[in-house]
Amino acid sequence: MSAATEAPPPLAPTAPEKKPPRKRGRLTPYWLLLPGILWLVVFFALPLVYQASTSVQTGSLEQGYKVTWHFATYWDALSEYWPQFLRSVLYAASATILCLLLGYPLAYLIAFRAGRWRNLIMILVIAPFFTSFLIRTLAWKTILADGGPVVGALNTLHLLDVTNWLGWTAGDRVLATPLAVVCGLTYNFLPFMILPLYTSLERIDGRLHEAAGDLYARPWTTFRKVTFPLSMPGVVSGTLLTFIPAAGDYVNADLLGSTDTRMVGNVIQSQFLRILDYPTAAALSFILMAAILAMVTVYIRRSGTEDLV
Amino acid sequence: MPFVNWLKRHLVVIAGLFTLGYLLLPNVVVTVFSFNKPKGRFNYEWQQFSTDAWKDPCGVAGMCGSLSLSLQIAVWATLGATVLGTMIAFALVRYRFRARGAVNSLIFLPMAMPEVVMAASLLTLFLNMGAQLGFWTILIAHIMFCLSFVVTAVKARVMSMDPRLEQAAQDLYAGPVQTFLRVTLPIAAPGIAAGALLAFALSFDDFIITNFNAGSTVTFPMFVWGSAQRGTPVQINVIGTAMFVVAVLFVLTSMVIGNRRNKQKA
Repeated sequence: MSAATEAPPPLAPTAPEKKPPRKRGRLTPYWLLLPGILWLVVFFALPLVYQASTSVQTGSLEQGYKVTWHFATYWDALSEYWPQFLRSVLYAASATILCLLLGYPLAYLIAFRAGRWRNLIMILVIAPFFTSFLIRTLAWKTILADGGPVVGALNTLHLLDVTNWLGWTAGDRVLATPLAVVCGLTYNFLPFMILPLYTSLERIDGRLHEAAGDLYARPWTTFRKVTFPLSMPGVVSGTLLTFIPAAGDYVNADLLGSTDTRMVGNVIQSQFLRILDYPTAAALSFILMAAILAMVTVYIRRSGTEDLV
Repeated sequence: MPFVNWLKRHLVVIAGLFTLGYLLLPNVVVTVFSFNKPKGRFNYEWQQFSTDAWKDPCGVAGMCGSLSLSLQIAVWATLGATVLGTMIAFALVRYRFRARGAVNSLIFLPMAMPEVVMAASLLTLFLNMGAQLGFWTILIAHIMFCLSFVVTAVKARVMSMDPRLEQAAQDLYAGPVQTFLRVTLPIAAPGIAAGALLAFALSFDDFIITNFNAGSTVTFPMFVWGSAQRGTPVQINVIGTAMFVVAVLFVLTSMVIGNRRNKQKA
């Protein structure tokens, strides 16, 4: 989608023949774009500039802030809050992997095996979207409660000893541990994984499966050599749609975690809204944005699906 | 070993249904606990069955007010984002113009940005401008982050549209306005409706961006967030359950109507 291939000079005499001939109004596209693009420039792009400028300001709330190019804020923020950054990446990555492992079978089921139940299952995947996600996240407090069914089951299976040893849980608790936060993140962003997976699986021609079978591929080989590679666009966009919001989330860490599970979103939130240290908050937010954009770019390059964007 | 074979053949189905259960379990809990009569301030432990909360859904101070505020914001944000987004989508698909790459990235970036970054940066803008945080700042923010999703939904639909239909309309002496209203708009309508529905859901349920830019205004998600610190009334679960039921019924009816129309056409 380079600009060079897509934007021949609009005055070129051959142009109207290729595209639907709209003789009138060379300016029409600009008028159509103007209000929405202006909105995004003023309320999305401009704020990022303001944020960058805030991050290099010094001063206090009472005396006002001035741009002093004080880049040390970045260094201070990183050296103080690197554990939260690391945690955000770790939790988001774990949740993304879990979403892929949980979401793939369901997307596959809807695409190939559901038959007349397809629409119903689809509705059940989307419908929770319409109940406030905060209420649903609070429900996990009940599910994972101390002495509750999940803790009991993990205890009976002696899995709690394993997760304790791994540092995912502590004592006889699941709530207020990293496991609970990752569980909440996985739950909250699972539909963002399932929908793109389903879209790319559904496009696969069923005859390819038959062909693979005719060539003596066993089901697992068919999946590994045919289905999964063809679903890669869905895997890539699903992992991005899960990882990005999970890395910036602070709701799950706050409701299901403890002070030991604070993620970078929690720090940005409290710096901005409670401590009112705007430069530090802006710097943290800027680092998060840069880190995520860098990771996303590398990821898209390496998975070779640049046309996705 | 017939059982092992059966298990092998249905492994995907079992795993898929497990995931579906994982997705729906919280909704079940929300529904069950809307009939609870908790002892303390928090509604996390089952005590005894009661329909008190269902009989008095607005019995909690401020909750129904926040609910109606959220609905209002969602309606206006949907309207704004759908109009602006549809215009952009048409421009992108139907016209040639300069700086297409820049426009595409400007639309893609808000979807690839963690919400907390957008929220924080927007707040720095509002603080710098000295804007009064409240209804209007929330609405501005919601239109901003819903726009990209509407553009994506409408674009997909308009792209799959046959441009010859419009040419045919013009050949039959329909003016540009008439062509747009009678041909283009009806065909694009499902895409626009999908975009609008998505915008409504996103706006109504948004917490992070709203939390930063609301000032002291309380939307429904903000009310729930506050109650998670102070004590969760059962009425929250009543609203959550009702929303789920309404959403499922809404989608089911629209599907039934759609099926019937398809059958009539056939």
